[in-house]
Amino acid sequence: MSELPRQLSAGLAAVPPFFVPRRLLLGLGGGVLVSILGVVAFLHLRPDLLDAMGTAMFWVKLAYPLSLALVAGLAAERLARPAATARDRLVWLALPFGAVALAAIVQFVTAAPHSRDAIVMGGSARVCPFLVLAASLPPLLGLIWAMRGLAPTRLRETGAVIGLAAGGVGAFAYAWHCTEWGAPFLAFWYTLGILAAAALGALLGPILLRWK
Amino acid sequence: MRTPEPDLKALMLAGLAGDAAAYRTLLESLERELAPFFRRRLAGDAAEAPDLVQETLIAIHTRRGTYDHSQPFAAWVYAIARHKLVDHFRRRGRAATIPIEDGGALFAADESAGAEARHDLENALARLPPATQSLIRDIKLRELSHAEAARSRGMSETAAKVAVHRGMKKLANMLRPQKDTPP
Repeated sequence: MSELPRQLSAGLAAVPPFFVPRRLLLGLGGGVLVSILGVVAFLHLRPDLLDAMGTAMFWVKLAYPLSLALVAGLAAERLARPAATARDRLVWLALPFGAVALAAIVQFVTAAPHSRDAIVMGGSARVCPFLVLAASLPPLLGLIWAMRGLAPTRLRETGAVIGLAAGGVGAFAYAWHCTEWGAPFLAFWYTLGILAAAALGALLGPILLRWK
Repeated sequence: MRTPEPDLKALMLAGLAGDAAAYRTLLESLERELAPFFRRRLAGDAAEAPDLVQETLIAIHTRRGTYDHSQPFAAWVYAIARHKLVDHFRRRGRAATIPIEDGGALFAADESAGAEARHDLENALARLPPATQSLIRDIKLRELSHAEAARSRGMSETAAKVAVHRGMKKLANMLRPQKDTPP
């Protein structure tokens, strides 16, 4: 018998309830705060914010990435525990992805041919995915910090899932700047930026989430 | 003297609530249980077992907040121990093939309970066809991979898997305890 049980139990502190979701929310929330401040400071809020708030598309652009982040966050709460799976939670991703894809198709098909370029490419397609990815870096860092104190054992999957959550909230932050109004634009360029964040997470997971 | 699973879980829950004495008792039992767990799986370099036991205890401690009360405690401990073992093999550059178990094995198959169980297992194994017997010995007891075991017999990996699967099913039937037999 070693000294370890005595040493580890000395001065034992109680673990607060909901330890895992609280830690994840802390990492995510801290990151989002930085992203929103960054969007406001460097990109600026869209100038027509008050008018835009009267349009459905403004809220869809916030709700779509946020719902992806919610599902990914719930999956991350599972994957933070050893040998857990999150497939049953991840299937809910089909809902926001499917709904926005459907809206994009409907809008594209019903749009006048000459206006299709505006709703697919808008004026910012070239920068949108990169800015979404940039805005997702702070929450990704926050979630990596959170996960390093938890116990994920599927590191690549966990990395992808927290990348997806970070991409979702990053796109949410970016949407306060972006003036695009096309559903196809949202379905394609936002999703591309969010998936890039998920890919980055999958890349970093096996490296940064390794147990010490 | 073995502490059954519900007691370990109760100790863990008390520890999470801040009960240092219960937590120390828990870590001491886990330390006892983990030593044979690693010794058996390390085979050649069993000298590494004490280090892995320590690392696992520390991981259990620092990550104790991730235990989900609704889940079996043994499965959580097993998952952490297995992760530590996989990590150890990875550092050694050795292909790790460790079966995913439900955690029951961690507590069910330690050395104190081993002798009787081994006797029953030998009896049951002896009733299988000789080819299946030796396959199961290689794969399940000596932890060779299916591919290795199949290669040495000149059979396909799939055939080896099927044979082992059928054999294990028969074994499970033979070893299943009758409900009304006293322990």
